Amino acid sequence: MKYLPTIGLEIHVQLKTRSKIFCGCPNEPGGEPNTHVCPVCLGYPGTLPNVNGEAIRLTVLTGLMIGCRINPYSKFDRKNYFYPDMPKNYQISQYDKPLCLGGSVEIEVEGRKKAVGITRIHLEEDVGKSMHFGSSSGVDFNRAGAPLMEIVTEPDIETPEEAQAFLLALRQILLYGGVSDCNLEQGNLRCDVNCSVRPEGQSELGTKIEIKNMNTFKGVFHALKHELPRQEEVLRSGGAIRQETRRWDDEKGVTEAMRSKEYAHDYRYFPEPDLMPVVLPPETVEQWRATLPELPAKRRDRLVTEYGLPDYDAGVLVADKAVADFFEETARASGNPKAASNWVMTDVLRCLGEKQTELKDAKLTSVSLAGLIRLVDQKVINVPTARELFSELFEKGGDPTELVKTKGLAQVSDTGALEAYADEAIAENPGPVADYRAGKKPALQFLVGQIMKKSRGKANPRMVQELLQRKLGGA
Amino acid sequence: MTDTFRDDASRLDVRYVAHLARLHLSDEEAAVFQPQLEQVLGYVRELGALDVEGVEPTAHAFPVQNVFRDDEVRPGLDHEAAMKNAPQERQGQFIVPKIIE
Ligand SMILES: [Zn+2]
Repeated sequence: MKYLPTIGLEIHVQLKTRSKIFCGCPNEPGGEPNTHVCPVCLGYPGTLPNVNGEAIRLTVLTGLMIGCRINPYSKFDRKNYFYPDMPKNYQISQYDKPLCLGGSVEIEVEGRKKAVGITRIHLEEDVGKSMHFGSSSGVDFNRAGAPLMEIVTEPDIETPEEAQAFLLALRQILLYGGVSDCNLEQGNLRCDVNCSVRPEGQSELGTKIEIKNMNTFKGVFHALKHELPRQEEVLRSGGAIRQETRRWDDEKGVTEAMRSKEYAHDYRYFPEPDLMPVVLPPETVEQWRATLPELPAKRRDRLVTEYGLPDYDAGVLVADKAVADFFEETARASGNPKAASNWVMTDVLRCLGEKQTELKDAKLTSVSLAGLIRLVDQKVINVPTARELFSELFEKGGDPTELVKTKGLAQVSDTGALEAYADEAIAENPGPVADYRAGKKPALQFLVGQIMKKSRGKANPRMVQELLQRKLGGA
Repeated sequence: MTDTFRDDASRLDVRYVAHLARLHLSDEEAAVFQPQLEQVLGYVRELGALDVEGVEPTAHAFPVQNVFRDDEVRPGLDHEAAMKNAPQERQGQFIVPKIIE
């Protein structure tokens, strides 16, 4: 008997605002504990929340990017539960009137495209962070009140690979829209996984297990790789799945049942009396829509048609919006998209990886890379010299034309100078010369190498080759 | 809306409600409050006799909407002031009884 998995995700995304959602405290991760707090986010009696309009805009923008309907009437509700990291004993969230409804995200796994449906997106406040000491716990409220967007998918995901592809695609969209930094280490993106298995042929879904608070995409993948076969095994051996919440233990590589809190799911939602409803005029929504960036899937297609890039290359370039922007700037400024794509895909990405840095922090600019490409195209320098210069431009920045001048790197294309090198090389290497004349073609490359050495890499290799062939006779 | 307010709420256990609010009731208190709770719920349920077909649920009585704040950082409490209400403090954090997941 075959078992079919059903997976749905709830993704919590910290929005990129300057201040928190209901107060003016800075929305900054980290910092010394309890230094970004005020009476509102500490839940003092008598304080009132005040909605940050930017959090609304970023949530709606996300909805527009993934094809949601923007709810004409939306409101906030209180979710009531007790937990030490939540000082008010309720969390302001959205229950039955979220900001966005419907929509989908397209994914591709092993060449198969598929749309994963989105149920809704709502806005809520993040809670504090707790730390455990021996017999007590400590709470830091710096994160309490950070604007948190919850994206809920339909149970459309069928494999761990699809779950991972969905998270990557969603992250890419969120980064393109600039709505979140999506920094996983800082917990900008956290995910709850709902999954079940059912025997093939049965239409009714199996009992659902929730795996809570995953903060890496690899974690989600591995947890599902472990959890789905576990459920299958229970069913195969005649057992039954009990609805429960589990936790993924990354070190042990297993999911474990969490001690389920009694009545944990009776949150007694009711409308938040301190906050007025959100009724966005269609003009406002359209204004926001007009500011949307071109999304990765569309951009990939455009790079293929506009610059004649292979589909794979376009995919690599659009994976990161900053990289794609950098490529397009370089391609336009240099007039050589093919070279721009080669440099960005190999040297730029390699250096970023080696230095563990991002383009925005690198010294290299698209203008200087374009300059470098032009110098090669104009045969002022050869490719190995360009590579050397690239490392320097990447680390220290600067103007490639100036660098070539000050370092005296301009390629030697002066026939007189090259002839002198060639004559020396021929005189010093009678063996290879004889070999070449006897028909051993590779010997020519040895002689070219000798001349390159004499010119300290500055000779134009194509000219050297032609010169040698002329001098030694035969081609 | 949720289980607490279901139609059959007359059978709502006062101990269950008390537990959700983290209130401890003695047996005597529970015996007094159970019928009182049922009475209150019965009273509210009279609303159920009204025909509200086509009437939008009202979350707010005031015709006010879209009250937003600009995304600007404002000074909050400095750390010492924030910790003044902490019964116990350690490494700058509020100390609470051990949290068990
Ligand atoms: Zn605050």
